[in-house]
Amino acid sequence: MILPWIALLPLLGVLAPLLTAQRRRALCSFATAVIPAAALLLTLMQVPDLLDGATLRFAAAWMPELGLELAFRLDGLTLLFNLLILGIGLLVLLYAHFYLAEEEPVGRFYAYLMLFMASMVGIAMSDNLILLWLFWELTSLSSFLLIGFWSHRNDARKGARMALTVTGAGGLALLAGLLLLGDMAGSFRMDDVLARGSQIVADPRYPIMLVLVLLGAFTKSAQFPFHFWLPHAMAAPTPVSAYLHSATMVKAGIFLMARLHPAIAGSELWSVVVSLIGTVTLLYGAWFALFKTDLKGILAFSTVSHLGLITVLLGIGSPMAVLAALFHILNHATFKAALFMSAGIIDHETGTRELKQLGALRKTMPVTAVLSTLAAAAMAGVPLFNGFLSKEMFFTETLATPVLGGMSALLPILAAVGGILSVAYSVRLVHAVFFKPAREAPPKTPHEPPHLMRFPVELLVALCIVVGLFPGLVASGLLDLATQAVLGAPLDFHLALWHGFNLPLVMSIVAFVVGIALYWRHAELRRFTQTFGSVDAIRGFDRLLAKLGYGAETLMAAWDGNSLQRYVGWLLLATLLMGGIGLAQISELTGSLGNQPIDGVVLLGAAMLIFGGVGTAVTHRFRLISLLMLSVVGLFVALTFARFSAPDLALTQLSVEVVTMILLMLALFFLPQKTPPESSPKRNVRDVFLASALGAVIASLNYAVLTRDTASISSFFMANSIPGGGGHNVVNVILVDFRGFDTLGEITVLALAGLAIFKLLNRLRLFMPHSDGEGRVWSPDRYPAILTSISLALLPLALLVSVFIFLRGHNEPGGGFIAGLITAVALILLYMSRGVEWAQQRLNFPFQPVAVVGVAVATLTGLGSWLFGYPFLTSAFSYFSLPIVGKFELATALLFDLGVYLAVVGATLMILANLGKVTTPHRPVSDEKNDEDEDDTTSATKEPS
Amino acid sequence: MEMLYSITTGVLSTCGLYLILRGRTFPVVVGLTLLSYAVNLFLFSMGGLTTDGATVVHGNGEGHYADPLPQALVLTAIVIGFAMTAFVVILAMRARSEVGNDHVDGKKEDRE
Repeated sequence: MILPWIALLPLLGVLAPLLTAQRRRALCSFATAVIPAAALLLTLMQVPDLLDGATLRFAAAWMPELGLELAFRLDGLTLLFNLLILGIGLLVLLYAHFYLAEEEPVGRFYAYLMLFMASMVGIAMSDNLILLWLFWELTSLSSFLLIGFWSHRNDARKGARMALTVTGAGGLALLAGLLLLGDMAGSFRMDDVLARGSQIVADPRYPIMLVLVLLGAFTKSAQFPFHFWLPHAMAAPTPVSAYLHSATMVKAGIFLMARLHPAIAGSELWSVVVSLIGTVTLLYGAWFALFKTDLKGILAFSTVSHLGLITVLLGIGSPMAVLAALFHILNHATFKAALFMSAGIIDHETGTRELKQLGALRKTMPVTAVLSTLAAAAMAGVPLFNGFLSKEMFFTETLATPVLGGMSALLPILAAVGGILSVAYSVRLVHAVFFKPAREAPPKTPHEPPHLMRFPVELLVALCIVVGLFPGLVASGLLDLATQAVLGAPLDFHLALWHGFNLPLVMSIVAFVVGIALYWRHAELRRFTQTFGSVDAIRGFDRLLAKLGYGAETLMAAWDGNSLQRYVGWLLLATLLMGGIGLAQISELTGSLGNQPIDGVVLLGAAMLIFGGVGTAVTHRFRLISLLMLSVVGLFVALTFARFSAPDLALTQLSVEVVTMILLMLALFFLPQKTPPESSPKRNVRDVFLASALGAVIASLNYAVLTRDTASISSFFMANSIPGGGGHNVVNVILVDFRGFDTLGEITVLALAGLAIFKLLNRLRLFMPHSDGEGRVWSPDRYPAILTSISLALLPLALLVSVFIFLRGHNEPGGGFIAGLITAVALILLYMSRGVEWAQQRLNFPFQPVAVVGVAVATLTGLGSWLFGYPFLTSAFSYFSLPIVGKFELATALLFDLGVYLAVVGATLMILANLGKVTTPHRPVSDEKNDEDEDDTTSATKEPS
Repeated sequence: MEMLYSITTGVLSTCGLYLILRGRTFPVVVGLTLLSYAVNLFLFSMGGLTTDGATVVHGNGEGHYADPLPQALVLTAIVIGFAMTAFVVILAMRARSEVGNDHVDGKKEDRE
C-alpha cells in the first residue's frame, strides 16, 4: 500500500503551498518541500525489495470496462525517474525560494510545481497505459501553467500556448497510439503489453500505432521537427526551465520509449525512424546552440541536442545502447539542471541573459564561475566528468550498430560532428560569460548569490564529478536495476573511467581539438550562418494558427453563413436524409397489427389538431392569432392524452398549457406584434418542401411503429409497481421510484432554467410599445372585479386540489409534477387578477430558494437510502392506519415527490412572476406615472418601426 | 386510427418545422412549441394507442393496460419543454433589447 502513496503524495502536496501561501515564504517553502521529501524517502525504502529482483505493483479497479485501472508499479526504471523527479524537484524548490522576487505569488508557483511533479511521478509509476496517458496530459497542462507563470509577459503567454499546442497535439496522437497498442496486446496492463512484443510487432496495425506513439514521444521530448516549442518555453522562470526543460518533462518522451521498449522496439522501422530522427535532432540542436546569444537559449538548444543523442541510443536498441541511454538521462539531468540554475543565478544577479552584456564574471562571481565551468565541462564530455562516460558509450554504440544497414558507417561520423559542436558551444558558453570582457555593461552590478541559492548547483556539480570518477561505485547499482527493468534480463556490464586507447577515445580527442578550433573561428562561422536568414518559430506558428482559424471561418461562412436559419436548414436536411434512408430499408410500411377503427371523437380531435397546427403556421405573421391557434393545438393534445389512457399526461399538459400561454402572451407584449413579410417566395416554397418532406418521414415512421408489435420492458414496471414501489399508479411509480434518477435530473434542469431566466431578466432594458399594433394606446390598468373576487375564492380551493392531487398521486392519476403546476397556476391567477404589486405584498418571498430547496429535498431523499445501506434513490414504504382516515401508505417516494412539487412551483413562479415584475414598471397605470417611467427608462420608448 | 394519428403528428411536425425556419424569434419560439407537441405525441404513441387502459394497476399488473413507460417519459418532457420554451422566449426578449431587433441572426435584413 506504499506505492499509491508515493504517487499521490505530490498531488496532496498541491494543497500545502496554497494553505501556507499567506505565511512567511520560508514556512511555505518548507511545508511544500516536506512532501516530495517524504515521497523520496518512501521510494528509497523500497530499494531493498528492488535489489531482490522484485517489481512492486499496486492495482485497484477504476473503470474495468474500459481497461482503466489505478495501477502503479515500481521497478528500476521507475526508481531512476522517481529519484530524478523528486530529488531534483527538491533542489528546484530550494532554488525557487530564492529565485522568485519578494512580491511574486510563491504559493501559486509551488502549487503548479507540485502538480507537475505529481503528474511526472504518475507517468513514471503508471502500470496501465491509459493511466499513463492521463498523467501525460496532466504534465502538458501543468507545464502550460508553469511556462506562462509570468502571464503579464507576452513571450511567456505565447511560449506557453505553443508548448501546450504542440505537446497537446502529440498527446492526442499518443492516446490513439496507446489505445491501438492496448487493443493489439489485448490488455492495457503494462506487464501484458510488455510481454507481447513479438505479437505486437507482427500485427498489421503496428506501423500506424508506432507512428502515433512516437508522435507523442517526439513532441514531448522536443525531437526534430517538433523541437521548436522548447526554446520558446524558456520564457518560464528559470527554476521551471531547470526542472521541466532539462531534467524531467522533456525526458517523458524518452521515458515512454524506454518503458515501451520491449513491446514496440523490436522492428527495423523503429530502429531506422528513431535513430534517424534522433541524429537530426542531435545535430540541429547543437548547431543552433552554437549561435544563440541568450544564455537560456543556448542551454535550450543544447538540451534539444542531448535529447536527440538519447533518442539515437534508444533507436539503436542494443542492450548496451539502452544502458548508455539511461546513463545519459541521469548525467544530462545533473549537469543541465546545474547549468540552468547557474544561468538563473547570473540572470538574477546581473539582470540579463544576453551574452554581449555578460563577460568577465569570474571576477565578480568566482564561485558561480567555477561551478558553471565544471558543469559545462561535464556537458562537453571532458574526462573525469560523468558526461564523458556516457558520451564514450554513445560513440562505442554508434561504431558497433548495423542499424542503418550500408549507411551505418555514417552514424559514428555524425556522432563525432555532434561531439565537436557540443564542445564548441560549451567552450563558448564558459568563455563568453566568465572570461571574455563584456561589450556592454549589465543592468545590475553582479555579485554572488546567497549561499543556499547556490547549494543545489554545488550538489549537482559534485554529483557530476563523483559519478565521473567512481561510476562503478555510484551509478552501477541504479543503472543495473533500470536496464533490467527495460530489457527484462540482467545485463553484465562494467562502468569504468579508462577503457584503453580505442576508437571512441580518438573520436573524443578529435571532438575537443576541432570543437575548440571551431569556437576560435566562431565570428567567421557566425557571419556565414547569418547569410541564411533566420526562422522565427513564434511567427511561423502564429501564422499557421491564424491560417487555420481563417480557413475554419471561411469554411463555416460558406457552410451556414453564420445564419441560424441556414444552420437549422442543414440540420433538417441531414435528418431528412438519414431518416429517409432508414425508412427506405423497411419493406412494408404497414405492420402486422393493422388499424383500429376510427370513431367520431377521434376524427374531430385530429381535425382540430390539424386545423390548429396549420392555422398557427399560416397566421404566423399575426402573432396573437397564431398564438391562439397554438393554444387550440395544446388543448387538443391534452384531450388526445386523455383519450388514449394517459390521465396523468392529460392533467400535466392542461396545466402546462395554461402557464405556457400566459408566458407567451407576456413575452409577446415586449416583442413586435407582427412579423414583417421578408421571406422571398422561392425561400418559402423551399422551406415548405423541406418541412413537408420531414413531416412525411415522421408520419411514416410513426405509422410504421404503431402498426408493429414491439416488445416493451414495461411488463417489469407493471408487475413490480405494487410490490416494489408500493403504488398503483405505475406512471408515478416510474417517475419517483424506478426512474427516479431521471426525474431528479429533470427537476434540476427545470430549476436551472428558472435561475437562468432570472439572470436574463436582470437589468433587462425593454422596448416598450405605448400602443398596440394598430396604434391604439394601452388602456390603464384596471383589474376586473369579478375575476378579482373569484380568484381569491379559488385560491384555497386550488391549493386544496393540488394537495389532493399530490397525495393520491402514487395510486391514482396525479403526483408532484401536476400538483406543482396546479399550485403555480393558482398563484399566477392571483398575480393576474390583482397585479404584481398586490401579490408581491402578500407573497413576499423569492421563489428561487423554493426551487433549490425542492431539488435538495429530492436529492437528500435519494441520499437517505444510503444511510440504510441501499443504492441511491431506493424507496421504502409502509402502511399506517389512523382513526377515521383508515389505512394509508407512507413512502419515501412521497418525500421525493414533494421535492418535485417544490421544484416545479419554484421554477414556474420564478419564471412567470419575474417576467410579470418586468412588465410592471412599464405599465401605463396613470398619466403621471407614465411620465416617470419615460424618464428612468429612456430606451423603453416607442417601438422603432 | 393509427394512420390518422400518424398523419396528425406529421402535419404538426411540418408546421412546427416550417415555423422554425422563419427569420424572426417569435415564430421560431411558437414553432418550437408546436414541434414539441408533435414530438410528445410521437413519443407517447410508442407504447401503442390504448383505449380505456389507464395504468392504475391492481394485483400483478396483468390485464388491459397502456404502456406506462412512454407516459412517464412524456410527462417529464412536457414540463421540461415548458422550461425550455420559457428560456428561449426570454432569450429572444433579451436579444431584442441588446441587439435592437428580433431577427434570429441579430440582423436587420434577411440575407437571402
